[in-house]
Amino acid sequence: MTAAVENQPRPVPGGTSGTAAAPPIIEVRGISKIYGGEVVALQDVDLAFEEGRLISLLGPSGCGKTTLLKIVAGLLAPTAGTVHVKGRAVTGPGPERAFVFQDFALLPWATVLRNAAFGLEMQGVASGRREEIARHYVAEVGLSGFEDKYPHELSGGMRQRVGLARALAVNADVLLMDEPFSAVDEQTRRKFQEDLLRLRESERKTFLFVTHSIEEAVYLSDRIVLLSPRPGRVSRIIDPDVPRDGDPDEIRRHPVYLDTVEEIWHGIRKYVE
Amino acid sequence: MSHEMTRRDEAATGLGLSVLVGGFLALPVVWRVVSLVLLFGAWEIAGQSNFNYAFPSFWETFTAFVEMLADGSMLAAYLRTMEPLVIGLVISLGVGISAGVAMGLREEFEWISLPVFIVMQAAPMAALIPLITFVYGIGLTAKVLAVVMLAMPVIAINSYKAVRNVPPSLVAMCRSFMGSRRQQIARVVLPAAAPMMFAGIRLGVAEGFSGVVLAELLITPTGIGDLITYNQSVAKFGHMYAAIVSIVLFAVIVVGVLQRVETAVFRPEKRSNR
Repeated sequence: MTAAVENQPRPVPGGTSGTAAAPPIIEVRGISKIYGGEVVALQDVDLAFEEGRLISLLGPSGCGKTTLLKIVAGLLAPTAGTVHVKGRAVTGPGPERAFVFQDFALLPWATVLRNAAFGLEMQGVASGRREEIARHYVAEVGLSGFEDKYPHELSGGMRQRVGLARALAVNADVLLMDEPFSAVDEQTRRKFQEDLLRLRESERKTFLFVTHSIEEAVYLSDRIVLLSPRPGRVSRIIDPDVPRDGDPDEIRRHPVYLDTVEEIWHGIRKYVE
Repeated sequence: MSHEMTRRDEAATGLGLSVLVGGFLALPVVWRVVSLVLLFGAWEIAGQSNFNYAFPSFWETFTAFVEMLADGSMLAAYLRTMEPLVIGLVISLGVGISAGVAMGLREEFEWISLPVFIVMQAAPMAALIPLITFVYGIGLTAKVLAVVMLAMPVIAINSYKAVRNVPPSLVAMCRSFMGSRRQQIARVVLPAAAPMMFAGIRLGVAEGFSGVVLAELLITPTGIGDLITYNQSVAKFGHMYAAIVSIVLFAVIVVGVLQRVETAVFRPEKRSNR
């Protein structure tokens, strides 16, 4: 059943769930972020994420979930606190982390293949080698045959697949995804979620996933971190015990899935005006 | 998405001319010929109707044009005009683009130089040309300055806006994959800014043509300006019109070629659309 863990007092790094803990790959300690000296986006957030899991940051808008993700990515500097990834303090972007953007952030003048290879290009990988790698991951996300197309020739869902291929190609340990499916239509989104579950099996990576969709979080995650808004802080941590080995469609009908969705909704409805 | 953006940018910078030229060049040959025949036909009829003694017919203008080509006076005039135009445009492009990009990237440059360019762009430059003459005399320097003053502001301001309009998520993306500041500028900011920058360059080059003709009309008559004023003063209106039409056509062709170059070099995604 659902193991709900109240987050007061602070959880011990390494996680609080029952499974014999894998070492935490991401440790967030005392993170606060204040914008412009007055808007408190995050206040004193402590979290630990275990390797190989898919963790969702869930919450209503204004709860600082994207801010937290960008701090972990090294794209934003926190006002206070530290983030450690694989034991090293984060001071900026690093090769062990790759980011998937909400608006895809594809270069409009570059082909699918070049976009997918962009991270490798930045790392100075020779062009033959990086094309080979990019081709593999473009195929992995289901875009074989589109290598020479330009972003404007693709649908929204396909564009985000390119963004995903680009993040996978650099072979980072942690994939940071900022509402990756929010700009694609509902059908594409469902297909995408199923593909992501499959991808998790083949790629042994840690996913940190920001979403505002309760269903999406419960469907995909091993662990859901619920954030409450103004100031953003951790309100609950939930480990949905949904079986994911069977048919992906079964998950959406599973009683644990439905109960967890309902439970989270009751937890956060007070923050939604 | 990129298409909507370029269309908006071009509308915003009022780039009717090059859009028209591009549209015209995209037409099938037959329609191009038909539209030219209609235009020249209407001109011919208007010229024949004698509504104004100083308005030559198309044929009169055309023969005057051929005559000036044959006796070399057209070529000599263009060689003379090209000198301040080319020098002025090279300076405008070099300084304008660098200043624009610097202002787009660094706020301290924006503070220092943006007001200068905004004033330069808003001021009616023709009114300042007597002032230039007063300071720099009637030589090449004054004419080059006239070109620069007209061409540079729009190039600099568009380059600045182009850099500012680069989607921040593209730069963040480059940063997240550990692109250095240099890589961010070379691989993301400049290519992303190129379409709007080129819109400014086309406008600036067109302004440069105005500048050189203004200078040749207002400072001392040389080159094409001389051809216009001289033929006007001796009432050879066919020759005067031929000189005017030739400089207009020349400007249109140069701007059209610039657009071609841009698509060929910087916009692979536009090319693939054809």
